[in-house]
Amino acid sequence: MLAFILRRLAQAAIVMLAVAFIAFMLFQYVGDPVTNLLGQDATPQQRAQLRSDLGLDAPFPLQFAHFVGNAVQGEFGLSLRQGRKVSSLIVERLPATLELSTCAALIALGLGIPMGVFAALRRGTFFSQAMMTLSLLGVSLPTFLIGILLILVFAVTLKWLPSFGRGEVVALGSWTTGVLTLDGLKHLILPSVTLALFQLALIMRLVRSEMLEVLRSDYIRFARARGLPNRLVYFGHALKNTLVPVLTITGLQLGSLIAFAIITEQVFQWPGMGLLFIQAVTFADIPVMAAYLCLISLIFVVINLVVDLLYFAVDPRLRIERAAGAH
Amino acid sequence: MRIKSILLSAAIALACGISQAVTLRVADVGDVMSMDPHSYNETTQLSFTANVYDPLVGRGKDMAVIPMLATQWAQTSPTVWRFDLRKGVKFHDGTPFTADDVVFSFKRAADPGSDMKGYVGPIKEVRKVNDFAVEIETTAPFPILPDTLTAFAIMSKKWCEVNKAERPVDKRKGIENTASFKANGTGPFRLKERDPGTRTVLVRNFGYWDKVDSNVDEVVFTPIGSDATRVAALLSGEIDLMEPVPLQDVERVKASGAHTVLQGPELRTIFLGMDQKRDELLFSSVKGKNPFKDVRVRRAFYQAIDIETIKTRVMRGAATPTALMVGPGVRGFMPDMNKRPPYDPDGAKKLLADAGYPNGFEVGMNCPNDRYVNDAAICQAVAANLARIGVKVNLTAETKNSYFPKILRRDTSFYLLGWTPSTTDAHDALFNLMATPTDKGQGQFNLGSYSNARFDELTQKIQTETDQAKRNEMIREAFKIHQDDFGHIPLHQQALAWGFNKKVSLVQLPNNYMAFKWVVVK
Repeated sequence: MLAFILRRLAQAAIVMLAVAFIAFMLFQYVGDPVTNLLGQDATPQQRAQLRSDLGLDAPFPLQFAHFVGNAVQGEFGLSLRQGRKVSSLIVERLPATLELSTCAALIALGLGIPMGVFAALRRGTFFSQAMMTLSLLGVSLPTFLIGILLILVFAVTLKWLPSFGRGEVVALGSWTTGVLTLDGLKHLILPSVTLALFQLALIMRLVRSEMLEVLRSDYIRFARARGLPNRLVYFGHALKNTLVPVLTITGLQLGSLIAFAIITEQVFQWPGMGLLFIQAVTFADIPVMAAYLCLISLIFVVINLVVDLLYFAVDPRLRIERAAGAH
Repeated sequence: MRIKSILLSAAIALACGISQAVTLRVADVGDVMSMDPHSYNETTQLSFTANVYDPLVGRGKDMAVIPMLATQWAQTSPTVWRFDLRKGVKFHDGTPFTADDVVFSFKRAADPGSDMKGYVGPIKEVRKVNDFAVEIETTAPFPILPDTLTAFAIMSKKWCEVNKAERPVDKRKGIENTASFKANGTGPFRLKERDPGTRTVLVRNFGYWDKVDSNVDEVVFTPIGSDATRVAALLSGEIDLMEPVPLQDVERVKASGAHTVLQGPELRTIFLGMDQKRDELLFSSVKGKNPFKDVRVRRAFYQAIDIETIKTRVMRGAATPTALMVGPGVRGFMPDMNKRPPYDPDGAKKLLADAGYPNGFEVGMNCPNDRYVNDAAICQAVAANLARIGVKVNLTAETKNSYFPKILRRDTSFYLLGWTPSTTDAHDALFNLMATPTDKGQGQFNLGSYSNARFDELTQKIQTETDQAKRNEMIREAFKIHQDDFGHIPLHQQALAWGFNKKVSLVQLPNNYMAFKWVVVK
């Protein structure tokens, strides 16, 4: 077990290094922050001076080595755009993104699973057909369009919900949260629905097809033969076995929720890390971009690791094979 | 029962009394990057901090230079100016304003980490005469000193020293600084709350030295990057004022009934430049010679561009075509010279043929796509116009982050650029955009190296000429030379577009400064 974890950690380190390397290669093409920083009145000498002060004229391998050296110590430098420490910027923005992603995940799971079960059990009825059609929309419509449509309907036309921002937040130490105030909750609804919609449709379709699969299997037939009530057959036996692949997918999708929050955050001006990243890209703010990409890859690596470990817990067969192999 | 209802009405009155505090909710496409008025030379930044920090000399509703912290000024010798300072002014923390603050602020703005060096660059020294007078000495005679001082904010010496903010944030050395998230000015508003990227709150400074025509008690500033969301937030009533309104949404905002859009001309002039220096263009089918060295080719390009169609189609009317490299509102603008040679594709074709290109030629064009209003679309329209006279344009439109480094290296044959003279004086455009490039900074944005000896001579004289009439005559002559040479192709001044609730009345300045002291909410 320990060897397994260590091996995965070593792999994770290599993945992170590769991500940092590729990100750094891309930075050669995002352009030059110097003209943004100095404005139109600076002289060419001032530009060249700043470029060398920032280390942007150093050869690529040297810049990369310098970056990795600092990153290992958790030091990502100063944002060129805001003149503040990148690490503190990210710490400030992290709660907003996590709150949004968690809320979206809860919506996706809380609605997706029951809807999937319903669509499987009531196959062919009008409601389940309608749900399937809508889920197709959810999978195929781009997030920004959904966001803007929701804003148009609920903010501009109906004026029920706010269109942008996080609203009133409460600070609990260095963590800020919007779920403790009514205003904050109102602001959370549209963005988290927008972000959840794709995952919701995905989970619903997945649950439905898994459920149909399971319902055809022998043990369900035997359960029925035993005369168990439908409720117990469906929710006690069928759903349980459906959930294993669903949880795997959900675990992996949680990473995507955090990463793809970029678009939702941009549409709703949600002050999270994704918005920070977008702002950094338009300014060629390399330290912020680098830190964000490394953090996101770290989140993915950690989630994958946790999912792998959960397999051990959930699937007894894996444990048996391991034990057998050890002999 | 009676007592209850009295209590109730008292409570309502109290509640109303509280809610009568007038809040102005403002959204902009970008955030104010720092509260430090010396750290970034950028419009949103300077416009916002100008509500908190006063300059010595300011601008009135008509852009005229007006006294602010300085009550009067006079030139005592060609290079020395005396400024008398306003008495009885207090910073937000209660510290009285004196000449020491002016001397200190000059040093701070001239610091290597400051972005305001361009504004204080001509100044050699600021000397304290007494508590309420300073002398400013310039390195050379500098007739437009008061104009350049309008962007130079005065900070409190004592406050900066106490907060260890004697120098602006230095992006290179990675030093964070109190002044980037706190503020202590003498302005009509004081900073209450700062949450970068999310919201910044200003409250009225009721101890302000001047009478303020505003009833706004609190300003909440929020950046909203997405155009659609910013428009939606305005229409849904969550914000009162926003900038800019995307051109395609102007009619929609106006049609809502409760909102309006104010579109005034901006000082920025959009123009095209051509490489007139290289003997062979970097990006062209013509080999062995440079077609842009021939004035007939430059004129043909100029007259091939259908500026009215660009105005109506590409800019949806939100542009003012121009024949000059500076717009109205810039000192030295000559209304009578603002006449473009007519749009004439046939004449242009003939000019090209005369120059030896009867079948036209190919040329590469560079253009930003996220810097000016519809910049890439303007370039596409120009390319389509030029195709009519046989010139095939290979257009590269790209983000400003890669565009500017490229054209500043002069890796271009034909480009689009916009320019606002930061001094709001014509000399700034003559010196930066049109004069022959030197290593002293002259012509550093003259990326095609247009060059005319008489023009350069005039530019230098205009810089130091203190007699306004003479100076204007020289500006006129310089413009004439440049127009006859077709040195650049001026296109238009783009329009500002502020969208706001009809209950708001305000003043829009052509330099896009948003002064909350002139905002009234009904």
